Amino acid sequence: MKTDALRRWLRIWGTREAYQGLLLVAPTLLWMTALLIIPLLLTVVISFGGRDANGDVVYGFSLANYLRLLDPLYVGILWRSVVLAFQTTVLVILVAFPIAYFVARAPAGRRNAYLFLILVPLWTNFVIRIYAWIMILRTQGVLNGVLGWAAGLIGLPFQPLDLYPSPGAVLVGMLYEFLPFMILPIFTSLEKIDESLFEAAADLGANAVRTFLRVTLPLALPGMVAGTILVFVPVMGSFIVSDILGGRNVVLVGNLIQRQFLDARDPAFGSAASIILMAMTLVVTIIYTRRFGFGEEIVRA
Amino acid sequence: MAEFAVELRDVSKRFPGPSGEIVNAVREVTLQIKDGEFFSMLGPSGCGKTTSLRMIAGFELPTSGEVYIHGKPMGQTPPYQRPVNTVFQNYALFPHMTIGENVGFGLEMKGVPKAQRTARVQQALAMVRLPGYEARRSRQMSGGQQQRVALARALVNHPEVLLLDEPLGALDFKLRKEMQLELKRLQREVGITFVYVTHDQEEALTMSDRIAVMSGGRVLQVGPAFEIYERPNCRFVADFIGESNFLDATVQDVQGPTATVTLTGGLTVYANTDLSLTRGQAVTVAVRPEKVGLRPYEGAQNAFPGRVEEIVYIGTDTHYSVMLNGDQRLRVREQNEDPYSRPLANPGDAVTVYFDQAAARVLTE
Repeated sequence: MKTDALRRWLRIWGTREAYQGLLLVAPTLLWMTALLIIPLLLTVVISFGGRDANGDVVYGFSLANYLRLLDPLYVGILWRSVVLAFQTTVLVILVAFPIAYFVARAPAGRRNAYLFLILVPLWTNFVIRIYAWIMILRTQGVLNGVLGWAAGLIGLPFQPLDLYPSPGAVLVGMLYEFLPFMILPIFTSLEKIDESLFEAAADLGANAVRTFLRVTLPLALPGMVAGTILVFVPVMGSFIVSDILGGRNVVLVGNLIQRQFLDARDPAFGSAASIILMAMTLVVTIIYTRRFGFGEEIVRA
Repeated sequence: MAEFAVELRDVSKRFPGPSGEIVNAVREVTLQIKDGEFFSMLGPSGCGKTTSLRMIAGFELPTSGEVYIHGKPMGQTPPYQRPVNTVFQNYALFPHMTIGENVGFGLEMKGVPKAQRTARVQQALAMVRLPGYEARRSRQMSGGQQQRVALARALVNHPEVLLLDEPLGALDFKLRKEMQLELKRLQREVGITFVYVTHDQEEALTMSDRIAVMSGGRVLQVGPAFEIYERPNCRFVADFIGESNFLDATVQDVQGPTATVTLTGGLTVYANTDLSLTRGQAVTVAVRPEKVGLRPYEGAQNAFPGRVEEIVYIGTDTHYSVMLNGDQRLRVREQNEDPYSRPLANPGDAVTVYFDQAAARVLTE
């Protein structure tokens, strides 16, 4: 595969075709080099350095930053981030699937309207939307207000629930934030399923439940796989949701990195944490895609 | 009671149309399909044939009337509880399963143990001439092969009735011809009742024991291919199956099976009829182009002078469009028996057309 590409490249080397190709990829190449590859290399370099009294980077080569991450405090933060990313992904799949299914099976004319409604919240600033959850979840918030009112109606005593700030609030925030990124790929998978496959399953003796388990779910798998990557990776690195809804109790690796750069003024340690976060995300993604593929195998049919 | 594999009694189906109007897809259809029969529902698109088939399968429920399978009223019975299987137009093979899993799906749903399942899947694939294809995926197979898999997937369950919804529609001409014979062979082999939906008259004529010709949600005529073609009961059937000349006429006299009619141009035609006609009644006379000739022959009851307007050479035959004296046009089809396929007449030539009384059929509808 790779040698094929190389051979093709050598064959067209120096021809007009090659220059045209180069011209076409040049903007992307420049962009990626300036804004991704160089900063990434810088991060790697800085992660091996240290800091001086002013918080400026001192270049050098030491593994001190990485060793520091082995401290139980930091291992705990990393572990919590992975667990939360898993929890969020599973929860998002559970909530997104029925919505995607509903939209995919809706009459064609209404589907676009539903998709539009799913995307509308994304027009509002992310931070504002997360702040809105404080209004809902806090002790004097909307949710407790409604619950207290309902309890009052049926004459039950009501103690406002202590929902915010908490790890649960972070999970709810994450779910809310990443839901569209799971709904859309699952919807795409479900929409592609030919109606006659459901009829064929029924014709062959499968009731609704078995049709769902044997036909709908397996054919929606590519969407769930794609959605999982779209959700898991950003959750691993996110810090705003936990910052706003978790208070100071929920520290994720994203918060750790942010604080090293801004509060603690230790970019070297922050860089090391960033590299480790990237490595962890990469490992999980590789294991995951090795197991499930990107789902394209099934989609191609 | 159970002498019929499938029976439709006064079945109607109404849908709300796209702009709120009511569509009468099927209107009071009554049909009896015999056990072990290859039965076709034939008609143009929108004639109600597919909707009728889907009501037998249970994908649609009749608005009124009842579907019986081997005497049992189906009522609201869902598709997965009906003793029928369907071969879909687009095959509808499960893309995420192997061919073996596809064919074994119905047995698996019925709870047939794995070992037995494997054997029956193997047998079914051999029957459709795809032995050893269990591990393949449908996307690795051609349209014709997928069609065979769809057949195997249905037949492996030994359904009481096999429903086929234009199963050969997506195949090219040669393959379609091949599959027609294959289907007929399979049907004889397994002895299962086949209900076959198609808009292709040749397909229906080739395979069917009996054909129901449908139009506008109604069944117009039911009978064996020979009967449908030779004795159509209305203009639509005579026109849809094969080709017909239609001549407007008025009844002069009826003597037993012989009707004497006058064409609007004044010519007198002798035609066969089994209808009770009255003198002066306006009728249509249907004549098949291949039953009209330009060569004189002994005993032709009808012979009319005319002029050739146009000729069309189509290989095996040549079509002559003849304007009869008296303003009626007749299409004549002559086989090109001449080794050089020389035409019998050229445009502008004066000719005489000949046809038997039995070749002309009086229709009132």
